[in-house]
Amino acid sequence: MKSVMSGAQSASYAMMQINPDVVSSFPITPQTDIMKEYAIYVRDKKVDTEFLLMESEHSALSALVGASSSGARAMTATSSAGLAYMFEILGVASGHRLPIVMNIVNRALSGPINIHCDHSDSMACRDSGWIQLYCEDAQEVYDQTLIGLRLAEKMSIPAMIMQDGFICSHCLQNLEVLPDKIAKKFIGDFKPKYSLLDFKKCVTAGPLQLQDYYFETKKQLSLEMKNVFSEYEKISKKYFSLAKRKYSIIEEYKSKDAEFIIVALSSVCGLIKDCVDELRGKGINAGLLRIKMFRPFPYSAVSKALKNAKKIVVLDRSESFGADAPLACEIKNSVPEKIVNGCIYGLGGRDILKSNVMDLFNSMIKNKKIERFINSR
Amino acid sequence: MKKLKSKEMFIGGVIDKKASSLEYKTGDWMSFKPVRDVKKCTNCLLCAVFCPENCIKVKEGKVQDPDLKYCKGCGICAAECPFKAIIMKKLEDCDL
Ligand code: SF4
Ligand code: SF4
Repeated sequence: MKSVMSGAQSASYAMMQINPDVVSSFPITPQTDIMKEYAIYVRDKKVDTEFLLMESEHSALSALVGASSSGARAMTATSSAGLAYMFEILGVASGHRLPIVMNIVNRALSGPINIHCDHSDSMACRDSGWIQLYCEDAQEVYDQTLIGLRLAEKMSIPAMIMQDGFICSHCLQNLEVLPDKIAKKFIGDFKPKYSLLDFKKCVTAGPLQLQDYYFETKKQLSLEMKNVFSEYEKISKKYFSLAKRKYSIIEEYKSKDAEFIIVALSSVCGLIKDCVDELRGKGINAGLLRIKMFRPFPYSAVSKALKNAKKIVVLDRSESFGADAPLACEIKNSVPEKIVNGCIYGLGGRDILKSNVMDLFNSMIKNKKIERFINSR
Repeated sequence: MKKLKSKEMFIGGVIDKKASSLEYKTGDWMSFKPVRDVKKCTNCLLCAVFCPENCIKVKEGKVQDPDLKYCKGCGICAAECPFKAIIMKKLEDCDL
């Protein structure tokens, strides 16, 4: 079914089809559009969700921890400072293996205060035990929200679905959505692994674990994360059979035989693809490797994908002050034998221009020094 | 109590068993053991009420000796007894 939606609308459309038992919400730009749209679905009785308006993001996620422990399908959405305020509860959700799914509209963290896109919010949470999927456009946000929900529930691990603030969340785009019936069939029923409301199988959730058990609980999650890749493949195969759109943990855009590769996340990849096409037209072997799943990180897939690369530039939209930025760090770990140039772009919503990307490719081709900060003074 | 391996544990640190706290024998924390002098004891029952481990049981209005599987030797019963009927004895001085 063809449709026109913004990234935010496509996230709430997927949520509407999921019809979670509980959705909690607290407004923050640029996420607010997701919850505004969802509130309309609630008003129009398109969903029968228990829709909670909380007093903070900390409470919004805490409410979902309670809901999910009680066997409810639970979702929310946030951005920037909202995600930072949830930080404490992120670990509670993953530690208790609650498959909460949260759409994140990436926005810069303060300060200085800024409402535009960068990835500093979700990157700060990369070690919180959540699955992280980064989307390029509204179509992918819709698809990955459905896939991410199945994945989270199958693995009993919470998932964040990222989209770029304003660039993706507020721009209208063409996309295909599934008919409600098919989407609902794909999602299926939620069968929680435990529920506080299941009086036939009583459990103690959230017990104190000190030196004797905390380590094992974390080890269990760490080991289970490795199984996310194969489960994702299975689920995306099933999704492909319904939607005819194929998803994998990485996207290799003309990169298989490429000598010059840019590695990046999210919406900037549209621009890079454009540049790659232009360079290919001139007979230059340029390519893009887009990382879609950042946690768990697909080291072996990336290492295979970059096998033939002569020059690699990694674009990070968040900084790790005084160290390699998050994506550059992982790419260096994936191909330790290669030289990887890490660059920072787009902090606080700064544009990255086609000429900037072309310059990067040209520097790679002509073996010139690559500046770390792109389009900055 | 046997400690489970991460593979044997239920997910998320959740305890999927009822009353598992009974398996947690706090008795092995003990370094002092409460000893009651039955001649001084008036069966006022205060020690039974104050014991944080609920290991002093009352039968037909009379306190029983603490269940040493769970008595952690905290000495609260001895401190609370108005008749000084309980003394805390060092474990190594007791014949167990
Ligand atoms: S508090 Fe002292 S007197 Fe009262 S029942 Fe216990 S041992 Fe006996
Ligand atoms: S020593 Fe502490 S645990 Fe033991 S019987 Fe007395 S109050 Fe209870």
